[in-house]
Amino acid sequence: MAINKDNVKIHVEHLKKNFGRLEVLKDVSTDIYEGEVVVIIGPSGSGKSTFLRCMNRLENITGGTVVVDGYDITDKKVDINKVRENVGMVFQHFNLFNNMNVLRNLTLAPVDLKKADKASAEENAKKLLERVGLADKALAFPAQLSGGQKQRVAIARALAMNPNIMLFDEPTSALDPEMVGEVLEVMKELAREGMTMIIVTHEMGFAREVADRVLFMDGGYIIEEGTPDEVFSHPQNARTKDFLNKVL
Amino acid sequence: MLRILDIYGNLLLTAMGQTLLLALCGLFFACIIGLIVGLMSVVKNKLCNFIAVVFVDLIRGVPMIVLAYFIYFGVPYLLNTIMGLGGVMLTALQAGTICLALNCGAYMAEIIRAGIESVDRGQMEAARSVGLPYWRAMQRVVLPQAIRTMIPSIINQFIITLKDTSILSVIGFPELVNTAKNVVANTFMSFQTWAIVAVMYLAVITLLSRFAKSMERRLKHGH
Repeated sequence: MAINKDNVKIHVEHLKKNFGRLEVLKDVSTDIYEGEVVVIIGPSGSGKSTFLRCMNRLENITGGTVVVDGYDITDKKVDINKVRENVGMVFQHFNLFNNMNVLRNLTLAPVDLKKADKASAEENAKKLLERVGLADKALAFPAQLSGGQKQRVAIARALAMNPNIMLFDEPTSALDPEMVGEVLEVMKELAREGMTMIIVTHEMGFAREVADRVLFMDGGYIIEEGTPDEVFSHPQNARTKDFLNKVL
Repeated sequence: MLRILDIYGNLLLTAMGQTLLLALCGLFFACIIGLIVGLMSVVKNKLCNFIAVVFVDLIRGVPMIVLAYFIYFGVPYLLNTIMGLGGVMLTALQAGTICLALNCGAYMAEIIRAGIESVDRGQMEAARSVGLPYWRAMQRVVLPQAIRTMIPSIINQFIITLKDTSILSVIGFPELVNTAKNVVANTFMSFQTWAIVAVMYLAVITLLSRFAKSMERRLKHGH
């Protein structure tokens, strides 16, 4: 799917984030376009997860501007819950609701937020489960699933709100190696369908394959960005080169 | 022993009823106080956190017998004599209920706080990330998981509160201990009387603990 350069889905300008005195994000600016798949790489502690979590304000933003879908989420008057309905998020540790079965995990938000009645939400949920290959797990509880299955349910849960942006925070880092593939496969499928995706990951092969653009972060800044080929094969910055030497 | 049961059996049973009534009244309001203060200690609001901490520390730091005297005698004295309002009176049941509710409520608040904090932070984050407002996420996702871990401690606290009603004999509420004192004063048969009272408490509390155990088992196995 083509990237629509006319439609900026997320506009980030001079974003700053401090935890107490610790400056995690110092000055981050970028635009993310409709249909674009952006992969963020960088050493741990570089601020990439924090950056991602600022985009649906799971972290309070210290300074700068973040505009998501036309809403300035740094503005306290903006209803962040409404914005979040359109921004799905997938976590490293899945965070499925442990007190509900898989189906209810998917239908809770749509039904509670009156996006759909129970019957149509369940119908939609079953379709999504089929899409991630887990149609038979609708009535299972999270504790009964493998890591890979949990993460695929988590993706389906995020999709159940029918978002137009998806955030992935190291979605395969907590998985056993043999389960990484099944999760990446679902993500690739999403990317092919034209979803706007921002992915923090250590899977460099995956990044190279699906990313339209790669951001390399270090020390609270975006140090380098470009197509996968530019960043992985011809890195310009010394720190990028150093990092890639260690991980590739 | 049999003579006491013959003559005072009904009286002691009625007193046990009063004990249970007082405990239930106290627990009812304790649950409300506990939930409110417990939630106040977990929300992201410094003032709420502060109020919750002060409340819990204050109640925990004062023996319940002092709290009972203070509420039953001290507060009406303050309102009537010092502030000159006049006519404010608390019945022993009202004062006892307030006293138990405050005391047990403080401990319940701690149980509820610990229960909520035991739920992984990611559960709240995930619920917020799909657009649920804070309280909705709390109600649908966090509290149901927290309650499962809290149940054993809550039932334990119920048992403690039931026993604590005996302290309220000092403000003249006709619960079991107070009534037993009167029986002993009339009969001088203290061994027999207190043995009967002990067995009565034991019976009720054993039943409660049994119930707690089966509840715990069910929560462990079921979802």
